[in-house]
Amino acid sequence: MQSIVANFPFVIIALLFGVGLYVLLFKRNLIKIVMGITILSSAVNLFLVTLGYRQDGIAPIFTLSPEGAMVLPVVQALTLTNIVIGVSVAALMLALIVRLFRKTGKIDSNSRMLKG
Amino acid sequence: MSKIVRSVTIPLVLIGLIFGLYVIMHGHLTPGGGFQGGAVIASLTVLLIVAFGSDKVKKFLREKHLSLLESGGALLFIGLAFAGIGTTFFYNFLTGSAVFGNIPAYGSNPGDVWTGGVLPLMNFGVGFKVMAGLSSVALALALFTSEDEEKEE
Amino acid sequence: MRNIIAWLCLILLIGFLINGVLFLHPFGEPEETAMDDYFIAHSQAETGSNNVVTAILFDYRGFDTLGEATVLFSAVAGVLLVLRTVTRKKKDDE
Repeated sequence: MQSIVANFPFVIIALLFGVGLYVLLFKRNLIKIVMGITILSSAVNLFLVTLGYRQDGIAPIFTLSPEGAMVLPVVQALTLTNIVIGVSVAALMLALIVRLFRKTGKIDSNSRMLKG
Repeated sequence: MSKIVRSVTIPLVLIGLIFGLYVIMHGHLTPGGGFQGGAVIASLTVLLIVAFGSDKVKKFLREKHLSLLESGGALLFIGLAFAGIGTTFFYNFLTGSAVFGNIPAYGSNPGDVWTGGVLPLMNFGVGFKVMAGLSSVALALALFTSEDEEKEE
Repeated sequence: MRNIIAWLCLILLIGFLINGVLFLHPFGEPEETAMDDYFIAHSQAETGSNNVVTAILFDYRGFDTLGEATVLFSAVAGVLLVLRTVTRKKKDDE
């Protein structure tokens, strides 16, 4: 079991996840909810990259590379895929919000016009 | 937008296009690749929409051409994946051959463009797909909201 | 009342996350790197590219990139479907 000081970056990522969840739970404006989902996605991407860090490591590229051990490259490939998926989901959500605003005129998630 | 913005945008778009294609092309040597270069070029479309207005950009980037570019990129990617089906799906059949076939020695080296096998061609396929896809999404959003303003007048 | 329950659940969840994160490996010393060591040692000889991340994305794990291209394609198709501007022409004689 590590201490909070030793695993400090992971604790910060958990707090960022908490900020994203707070926006998702407590805000009513639809665009703010989309921003909260994007913050959640960013927290997960940061966590993936932080998992593969080696102390005093260099980038996993062999072109004119300095001396040293390389950081883990598989996690960075997973993060690239996740970023593109996050952008696609956010674009689709924003398109639906724009269409909803033109039809009803409100972007409050508690309004009566959204039901049915 | 004003005359200054419109006349500065055109050289900026040309320089950005060269930079984006550079990032796509050298994906197997430096950080970058298909997705990153495609996103760089798609942001140039947003710059064009902001500077010139969505009606003028709609005449320049027609929907048919963007759709063709996106489908062509996807077909290039899938075609290269199927071309090595003699051994397995997604087999790199171009290492050691004449096209993009050099193999670098292990360790740090200056970097040769003609290495990589099937990787640079796949980078171009994915780059075209992302470029056309994100540009058409931005254009559709801009056109939809500008038509909204016209109806309200 | 609902606000209090929501705050309680949020704080509980973040507490669980922080407690779980403290059981991971210490930051900077990952263990069990057999797969990554194989990729770093053999990617230049087998794929011929200097960039190990691109070789993993397009050669060793190309199937994931195929799935991601499919997600991008369906998202763009979905956006263009939702934001269609269809103009109807009036027919003259009907």
